[in-house]
Amino acid sequence: MLKSVYNWIDERLDITPMWRDVADHEVPEHVNPAHHFSAFVYCFGGLTFFITVIQILSGMFLTMYYVDDIVNAYKSVDYLQHQVAFGVIVRGMHHWGASLVIVMMFLHTLRVFFTGSYKAPREMNWVVGMSIFFVMLGLGFTGYLLPWDNKAYFATQVGIQIAASVPYLGQYIETFLQGGEIVGAQTLTRFFALHVFFLPGALLALLGGHFFMIRKQGISGPL
Amino acid sequence: MAHDHNSKEKVVYVGDSRVKKYKKNNVPLDYSAYPGNSEAFIPNFLLKEWMVGSVFLVGFMILTMSHPSPLGYPADPTKTDFVPIPDWYFLFMYQLLKYPYTSDAYVVLGTLVLPGILFGALMLAPFLDTGKERRWYKRPIASSLMFLSLFATIFLTMVSWQGYQHELEELNIIPEHLERAEKIAAGLEEPGGKEAEPIAIVNKESEGYEIYQKASCVSCHAVDLNGVSSMPSLLGIGDKHSKEEITDIIYNGFGSGMTGQAQANLDAGLTEADLDTLAGWLAEQKAPAGEEAPEEATESH
Ligand code: HEC
Ligand code: HEM
Repeated sequence: MLKSVYNWIDERLDITPMWRDVADHEVPEHVNPAHHFSAFVYCFGGLTFFITVIQILSGMFLTMYYVDDIVNAYKSVDYLQHQVAFGVIVRGMHHWGASLVIVMMFLHTLRVFFTGSYKAPREMNWVVGMSIFFVMLGLGFTGYLLPWDNKAYFATQVGIQIAASVPYLGQYIETFLQGGEIVGAQTLTRFFALHVFFLPGALLALLGGHFFMIRKQGISGPL
Repeated sequence: MAHDHNSKEKVVYVGDSRVKKYKKNNVPLDYSAYPGNSEAFIPNFLLKEWMVGSVFLVGFMILTMSHPSPLGYPADPTKTDFVPIPDWYFLFMYQLLKYPYTSDAYVVLGTLVLPGILFGALMLAPFLDTGKERRWYKRPIASSLMFLSLFATIFLTMVSWQGYQHELEELNIIPEHLERAEKIAAGLEEPGGKEAEPIAIVNKESEGYEIYQKASCVSCHAVDLNGVSSMPSLLGIGDKHSKEEITDIIYNGFGSGMTGQAQANLDAGLTEADLDTLAGWLAEQKAPAGEEAPEEATESH
């Protein structure tokens, strides 16, 4: 049944080469933990991606309740946490996932570094990877403000102050992030937009590049 | 190296990648063409990998369910005594700004120069470390710089966290999200950010109210029923005990904290009928419909 549906579509659209390009590739022995247990370090990238998917999905559910204005932001998070069925789990997944994704990304970066996998011909992928790293930190920084409790507020205030102390550029960064005289309604809507649209967009584009390059070049060879 | 073919071979790859050096046709190679125990990603490898993913997911869900994510009190920009703390992975940069040569007049060193060198070098690592050697122990400079940065990052993070804990201790502050979680658990506060509103006294005009004011109860449960210091409140007690139960409590006491009170009150001039009226009135003390005291609130009394 499935096969005939596939064949029917394939006949019209010739999709076999496409999915072969995307998914049909080999897993060499030296990165397969089934053959060498120490190869588990090669799983960190995949696990980072797994948590990234969790972040995106749980985040989509969070936006069903979250309201990005200063009167209701806190209330909506509190409502989600205490009243909505499974709200505490959805918020928990996003909260803990945000830390875990940083841990995993860090471990992945260390794996790539210590196996020298960033060397030719994979320089570009390392640079893309570092850009992903910065986008992730940006997601962490902007997401921290959204619950709009005192911890969120004052951490963001200090963060923006630090950025503002940078010579020349500082004042522009401050205006861009803060949007007004103090950390307030404007800041919250900006951080929300950055956290939910701009940065995930950048992240997905960069991830696309990352995976394209891995697929094209294959994983680096054994040491 | 795995995919290194020498130039006499028909197919020449770029480095050890699978990008062919000369344009050939694009038919994927059979897996037997690759060295060692290579296997197909789909389905062979993925079928094993999803099990790793499931184990990971179970651990993650246990963490999530056993540790609800924190939420303090609504942001109040006029607050001045809040100790700010960023998320843990920013702590090392935060701590960096607290040293003499990275703060005040030299703050540029802490905000721009040092992080710039660190992240700049990381970003450009492939162009700085251009040797062919990949094993970390044969790349002493790159590896030791990385170990050094790792050590510095971990050290700064720990110092920052300890400093934060120390500051909290010194100022005798409990972080708000912990404070609030405790209060909610103790029933002192309702989720929603507001203090739990005390339940009002029902039927103040009743004779029962007057008797209560004369009875020994006030010395512990207070004239407003809310309890003297740590004594339990009797507000809304009717949601918990019936008239018969309260009569029993008056005569025989309750738990370890309250002995039978009937004799003392009879001695003080109240009659058994008064105590009956009192028990009846207390049983009327119910929270307004739909606003029953939270479960934990009644349990902790
Ligand atoms: C010596 C102080 C004291 C006096 C006087 C006193 N109580 Fe109590 N009462 C307590 C304490 C303490 C408890 C909680 C006991 C425990 O939980 O171990 C309690 C519990 C109760 C309870 C149960 C509360 C609950 O949450 O289930 C009722 C009802 C009650 N008292 C009614 C009365 C009445 C009516 C009087 C006056 C006739 C009275 N008490 C006088 C100290 C007192
Ligand atoms: C969301 C974040 C990221 C995801 C989901 C991700 C995912 C992956 C995956 C699945 C691989 C295949 C190999 C493996 O799993 O180890 C990989 C390889 C690679 N990653 Fe990442 N990565 C991320 C961030 C980074 C970062 C921060 C860097 C470094 C700055 C980086 C650099 C690289 C490089 C150079 C490779 C090729 C390594 C090789 O061929 O051996 N990635 N990535």
